[in-house]
Amino acid sequence: MFNKDSWIEIFDTIRKNKLRTFLSGFTVALGIFIFVILFGFGNGLSNTFQKFFNDDNTNSMFIFSGRTTEPFKGYETGRRIEFDNADLKAITDNFEEYLESISPRIYDYANIKYKHKSNNYPIRAVSPSHQYNEMTIMMQGRFLHEDDITHKKRHAVIGRLVALDLFENENPIGKYIDGGGHTWKVIGVFQDDGGDREERTVYIPYTSLQKIKKNTDKIDEIILSYKPEIGYAGAVKFEQKLKRFLKARKDISPRDRGGIYIRNVADNLKENQQFASVLQWIISFIGIGTLIAGIIGISNIMVFVVKERTKELGIRKAIGASPRSIIAMILQEAIFITTFSGYFGLIIGIATLSLIGDTLEAEYYITNPYIELSTAITATIILIVFGALAGYLPARRAARIKPIIALRDE
Amino acid sequence: MINITNLHKSYQMGKNSLHVLKGIDFKVGEGELVAIMGSSGSGKSTLLNIIGMLDVANEGTYTLDNVPIENLDETKAAKYRNKFLGFIFQSFNLINYKTALENVALPLYYQGKKRDVRQEKSLEYLEKVGLKKWATHLPSELSGGQKQRVAIARALVSQPKVLLADEPTGALDSTTSNEVMKLIQEINNEGKTILVVTHEEEIALMCKRVVRLKDGVIVEDTLVNQKKAI
Repeated sequence: MFNKDSWIEIFDTIRKNKLRTFLSGFTVALGIFIFVILFGFGNGLSNTFQKFFNDDNTNSMFIFSGRTTEPFKGYETGRRIEFDNADLKAITDNFEEYLESISPRIYDYANIKYKHKSNNYPIRAVSPSHQYNEMTIMMQGRFLHEDDITHKKRHAVIGRLVALDLFENENPIGKYIDGGGHTWKVIGVFQDDGGDREERTVYIPYTSLQKIKKNTDKIDEIILSYKPEIGYAGAVKFEQKLKRFLKARKDISPRDRGGIYIRNVADNLKENQQFASVLQWIISFIGIGTLIAGIIGISNIMVFVVKERTKELGIRKAIGASPRSIIAMILQEAIFITTFSGYFGLIIGIATLSLIGDTLEAEYYITNPYIELSTAITATIILIVFGALAGYLPARRAARIKPIIALRDE
Repeated sequence: MINITNLHKSYQMGKNSLHVLKGIDFKVGEGELVAIMGSSGSGKSTLLNIIGMLDVANEGTYTLDNVPIENLDETKAAKYRNKFLGFIFQSFNLINYKTALENVALPLYYQGKKRDVRQEKSLEYLEKVGLKKWATHLPSELSGGQKQRVAIARALVSQPKVLLADEPTGALDSTTSNEVMKLIQEINNEGKTILVVTHEEEIALMCKRVVRLKDGVIVEDTLVNQKKAI
């Protein structure tokens, strides 16, 4: 089957039947190409997803306040709830067994200047453990220390893009920037997986901000992380307890749905995992669907090819071709074409994916689309096997037809 | 060369069976040029197909060059066809995407001959039928007579014992018919055994012996004075 002569004969046939070769090759190449692209896009969606959700640590809780929706203890509906430093301390004191770290967060906005450059940036006044909750990664210098908090130091940790905007190539560590009429010393530069917005943020000690704002003790938001060993069930319990505690503390009706809000990342995690598995199902479904379409395509063409060649096969048989050599010829030709064009489709598909890269990230939520090489190769092999099978069945029938019948077929 | 005794063949057509050959006894010696004649439905093509191992009989014996042809499976039939027989068809049956030379070389390919041997021999036989200059042409670029001559070269190239021609001039005009018959006579004169199925009296008379079939039996078997094709 693998002698040189039979290959020469097959190449000859392929070369002289260009349309046929092109059709079957094109079907396979297109099938694999679409498979690779769709699968890659699916993985890209998955990636975007992972990225969104990797922004915050999975054992974090975000506590924020709003207006009440029910009257309680003489207070009217619609009272605005605000946290302060005492709440922070109360939580720390009462939930020691659950708590790993806790940090306040105060939001502000400031025009920040360095030399002749300036720009507006969001400010987050926090405590050192915030680094853990936000998964902030230090590139240069350090994050805030307890010392910065207690001494209300004018220290600032700036995002990668802030450093890029203001300092360009200059090293920002130890330099002084002007923000909101005060001077701040840059002690660190960070990066964050949360995207450009995160990296255009400036962190400062919350005590320093409170001091500037006429010694207020108000806090916008409390971010805490619980001990991972309490598990998902423990986290849910902790969340309930915490809510009850804060409602009692702030004189909010226990039945009030407003006032205090807690976002538990673990809840999102669960939803996210469900969504991710649904996504995985969709990707698999698309992949299998494309493959089946490809298999049907190549099967159709193979049946057609053998039908078209019935007379030729009859002639070959009349002048001495054995049924075996007929089947071998058709199979070798089919396998050669599908392998070659499958490989071609694979290469083009992968090249296209890497060319697309991150260009679809912003608008279509497809990040770094890719396909595992093993998946792509398996798909190609499946298509080759089915192409061969689809060629084998009609080829076997054609090889069995008496040449006299094949020759009569005009 | 060919020895057939008591040959029967019937086809199943739904519930009815059609008895096509009803006991044929037929011998052909080496070097004969035999015309098999008969109206359509007389069984002449069926007989030729059985001799050509393209079809099998229900009953009777058939030996070819002292080899009993029996229990044929497709692989064995293919081997025997390749070794013993050369075919010439009414519709030429050339492979349309292969050149004249490649068509002629195909039986040698299935004999497992080397490429240069195939080339050389095929060219030799193309020259014999006067088409050496047309070796690289596709069948679509040849006239009917030329196509049939290519087919004859293809039938001869494997040096078969017997040449079987099924209405070889059926698709040709009288001038080219004569040319083809002249070629067949020449080949026969070199000693090749040839069977020609035809319904044309004129073609039959160019052979050396005429066998007439009617309703599945041989009704006449006579030697004739061969008329030379011009």
